[in-house]
Amino acid sequence: MSGPSLMDSLFQRSLEDIIKGLRQQLIGEQAFISKALEEIRKEIKSTDLSTKSTALLKLSYLSNLHFHDLSFAAFHSLEVLSSPRFSHKKIAYHAISLSFHDSTPVLLLITNHLRKDLNSTNEFEVSLSLQCLSRIANVDLARDLTPEVFALLSSNKLYLRKRAVAVVLRVFEKYPDSVRVCFKRLVENLENSDPQILSAVVGVFSELACKDPRSYLPLAPEFYKILVDSKNNWISIKVLKIFSKLAPLERRLAKRVVEPICDLLRNTGAKSLLFECIRTVVTSLSEYESAVRLAVGKVREFLVDEDPNLKYLGLQALRIVAEKHLWAVSENKEVIIKSLSDADPNIKIESLRLVMAMVSEHNVSEISRVLVNYALKSDPVFCNEILGSILSTCSRNLYEIIVDFDWYVSLLGEMSRIPHCQTGEEIENQLIDIGLRVKDVRPELVRVARDLLIDPALLGNSFLHSVLSAAAWASGEYVEFSRNPLELMEALLQPRTSLLPSSIRTVYIQSAFKVLVFCLHTCFVRGGSIVPSASLNNLPAGVSASVSYESFDEFSVENGADASVVHGQTCASAPITKESIVNLLNLVELALGPLLGSYDVEVQERARNLLGFVDLTKPEVLNSAVQEKDDSEGKGVETSKIIKLMHDAFSKELGPVSLSAQGKVSLPDGLELKENLGDLEMICGDLEPPSSNAFSFGSSYEQKDGLSFSNLQIKEDSEQTNESTSLLAEHRKRHGLYYLPSGKSELVSNDYPPANDPTLQGDIDDNADNLVKITAESLVPKRKSNHGKPRPVVVKLDEVDEKHVAMKKPESRDDSLSGAVRDVLFGCEDAPPTLSQSNLSNKLSSKRKGKEKQHTDPHAESKENVIDDGNSSLRRKDHSHGKERRHRSPRKKNAEERKETNQKEKEKSRRHHGRHKSRQRAEEPLKVSAQTPVIPDFLL
Amino acid sequence: MIKAVMVINTQGKPRLAKFFEYLPLEKQQELIRNVFGVLCSRPENVSNFVEAESIFGPDSRLVYKHFATLYVIFVFDSSENELAMLDLIQVLVETLDRCFKNVCELDIVFNYSKIHTILDDIICGGQVLETRSTEIMRAVEEISKLEAAPNAITLIPKSSSGWLSR
Repeated sequence: MSGPSLMDSLFQRSLEDIIKGLRQQLIGEQAFISKALEEIRKEIKSTDLSTKSTALLKLSYLSNLHFHDLSFAAFHSLEVLSSPRFSHKKIAYHAISLSFHDSTPVLLLITNHLRKDLNSTNEFEVSLSLQCLSRIANVDLARDLTPEVFALLSSNKLYLRKRAVAVVLRVFEKYPDSVRVCFKRLVENLENSDPQILSAVVGVFSELACKDPRSYLPLAPEFYKILVDSKNNWISIKVLKIFSKLAPLERRLAKRVVEPICDLLRNTGAKSLLFECIRTVVTSLSEYESAVRLAVGKVREFLVDEDPNLKYLGLQALRIVAEKHLWAVSENKEVIIKSLSDADPNIKIESLRLVMAMVSEHNVSEISRVLVNYALKSDPVFCNEILGSILSTCSRNLYEIIVDFDWYVSLLGEMSRIPHCQTGEEIENQLIDIGLRVKDVRPELVRVARDLLIDPALLGNSFLHSVLSAAAWASGEYVEFSRNPLELMEALLQPRTSLLPSSIRTVYIQSAFKVLVFCLHTCFVRGGSIVPSASLNNLPAGVSASVSYESFDEFSVENGADASVVHGQTCASAPITKESIVNLLNLVELALGPLLGSYDVEVQERARNLLGFVDLTKPEVLNSAVQEKDDSEGKGVETSKIIKLMHDAFSKELGPVSLSAQGKVSLPDGLELKENLGDLEMICGDLEPPSSNAFSFGSSYEQKDGLSFSNLQIKEDSEQTNESTSLLAEHRKRHGLYYLPSGKSELVSNDYPPANDPTLQGDIDDNADNLVKITAESLVPKRKSNHGKPRPVVVKLDEVDEKHVAMKKPESRDDSLSGAVRDVLFGCEDAPPTLSQSNLSNKLSSKRKGKEKQHTDPHAESKENVIDDGNSSLRRKDHSHGKERRHRSPRKKNAEERKETNQKEKEKSRRHHGRHKSRQRAEEPLKVSAQTPVIPDFLL
Repeated sequence: MIKAVMVINTQGKPRLAKFFEYLPLEKQQELIRNVFGVLCSRPENVSNFVEAESIFGPDSRLVYKHFATLYVIFVFDSSENELAMLDLIQVLVETLDRCFKNVCELDIVFNYSKIHTILDDIICGGQVLETRSTEIMRAVEEISKLEAAPNAITLIPKSSSGWLSR
């Protein structure tokens, strides 16, 4: 316009200049951009709209592809928007859709621009503003522009009409009351013959039905017609999406659509439509066996297709089927298993999930074996995926599918040795959990733990530390099952344990303590012979002896300084002699001595505890070793007492405790729990003996030991046992998870034969690796029929192991939308009954009418005016709708009411159907095609 | 609905980014970077789907196609069909090909506005509205004509007469 701005525009750089410039900058891109932004900031203030719009376009570009802030130009974009030129408008709309959001301050200034353009005669201008509205509409915009969108819904320009349909989705979502205005026109468009319009409308309904399918049941006849008539794949896909939501809600509807969908399945050539049919059948029509068979047949075609996409989708579909029809999976197991080694990670993971779906108690060991072999061969990511899914499948429902726990425990040990294994923590949890829950598996658990502990190489792998912690704990806790406690002791004290984090080291030391006490007890109190209870297996003693030789050699190589101990150990599997005990005590002193200066308080304290105990017992042991037992009665008795005390303390059985156990303890009279005891703690702090668990940071089982130990350490006299047990009991309360209340311990009975019965299942094929054959067994419906041995008891606690299912209520925002939709749809549906009913309530309603008008906001009224264009049926609908509202008014309570309804969804739907039934009965002579229970709506 | 359409080149530079819900710029950048991170590590000749829920949140799927130096990516939710989305990528690319005669990355780089016009014609508010290349071309051409016209048709009414006389 004026001179300077003309100059500006003459020398202004265009978007293309910017792009070219950017492409030439190899390194100084940021500098170039900030220079360009500087220019833009100047240009955008120009009064010349061309200059301004070019600047805005450049800015949009930089914002969209180089992520520079565009929000400062919000007002400028509105200025450009007011330009009469189409190209300016287009640039402005583009910038607005990129940058505006609900909290943009100038958002409301756009309303009039949008309204003007929505009413424009140029369809592309209208389209621009619809496009923009679909992106930025908020409550206010949606409300204010509803009339314009409503008008466009029946525009005779198809280009605009389909856009208006798409925009309606956002308008509904933001301003649910617009449903009352626009819904009817939207539904009318369902009968449009133009496939583009139809596609848009059906698309919108499929989105709506996703959120709240029940509201759209009354439209089922329309959708059905489209399903049967449509020749357009896009439309068919969307209609199928709708039916997959509606069919589960209404059995008769499902019955109705099953045939047409099967026809589509058989006849369509388009893979996308075919897949959608399959998905619909397997998700929503899975009780129709023949349809499922047909769908699974098509899935098989997908699975053998060369296109990895089809293969992947086929596997996905199978996973949906697997929930209800496991046969479908096993029919395709060859392909699935082959896919485990596919190049595509998606396909591998899908097939893994399917393989896991086939797992049952009959084949779990074989499948796991094969999968572990796969894990050994595959890349780290997939390896851990495999291990994770084995762990989660096997532990499902308290190890429901595990019969042979000995096998499972050794599998866990094996899995932890797989090079890429990163599932250590889960293995740790399961090892401890199984140890606590399954009594019969403990000997095997100790064996597995020992194998892990004596391998010095494992200590260097930080992923394994948590597994080792579990192994150390198990070996200490269940040391009585150990074939060779002395060997365990060495493993627990080996020098490489310095590689462990201190929290795990404490577990090691504590376990060493338990083992030591056990050895002493066996030697002095029980008279020197180890009789590992439960199961001193019939394995030849030489086996374990030779193993211990090996392990010991490794140990002595590393610990060459202490060669004298070696001799004590050569007779490892022999009864524990006094000599070996002496060596053991020396070993403890040697290994733990340095730890007395450890910086970690926990490690230091535990080492001190153990060494204190050694100091206490060593003189006696030496004494008795020299005097050869004959006159050891006098002093030996004293030692024995201590040892016995310690042994008793450690041999208390641990068991799982229900999470809610604490809650079951009735509150004693006069006990105030709610009062703040903080002050009291300060006063009493000095009185209480400093128990070790004040420092502990390990898991709770360590704490138990620490506490009981330190108490015993303080009060070593045997008469104090009562107190220590009471402390124990108190502690149990605090760390409930790992305990079983003593009242419940009778759940674990010893009547069951040991789990490690050597007789294996005879019926298992030799070629265990043939997964295909294995999985065939999963189909056989036998259940616990012919196991070689019974499943050991797994301690269960009803409350803990129940799944706490948190029911979530649907969100209230959707409620308002679906509420509006229901009001519209059901309002009209209810019209005939209410009309007849109205005689009864006529007076009432006419009285209320005045009030009702006041309640409705002025806006809704204005919209009613819009609709009141002489369409009588519509008016009647509105009328009845008003009544509907009156039934439930005031409307704002609807949301609450709907929550209730949701809770009683079933009840409601029953009522609902009841109503349909009665209606159907009434109309049966009239309606020839009462195809579905739902009422065909607006045509009434 | 469709959540986002992106075109990223094989160096990770975004060439087109369209999100159908508002997202802060930093978030957009992060998403694009994450998507590229996943795509560039995928081998050739594998399926065109990528697990997207870790990037885009629950109920999101991603399909992509690799053309020469470009990845074309669609992100959508469970109300779209995966294979149909792959078809739609094809539609988009075919349309671009018609529009630019053997489309290449440079065309997309230099025709920022036009690409957006085309995309807007196919998708509106996350809904697929047009899948026929010819129709898209027709609309795009008309829009270009309108843009090129010095005075829009709507100028003729009275308010703009002052403008015209100048």
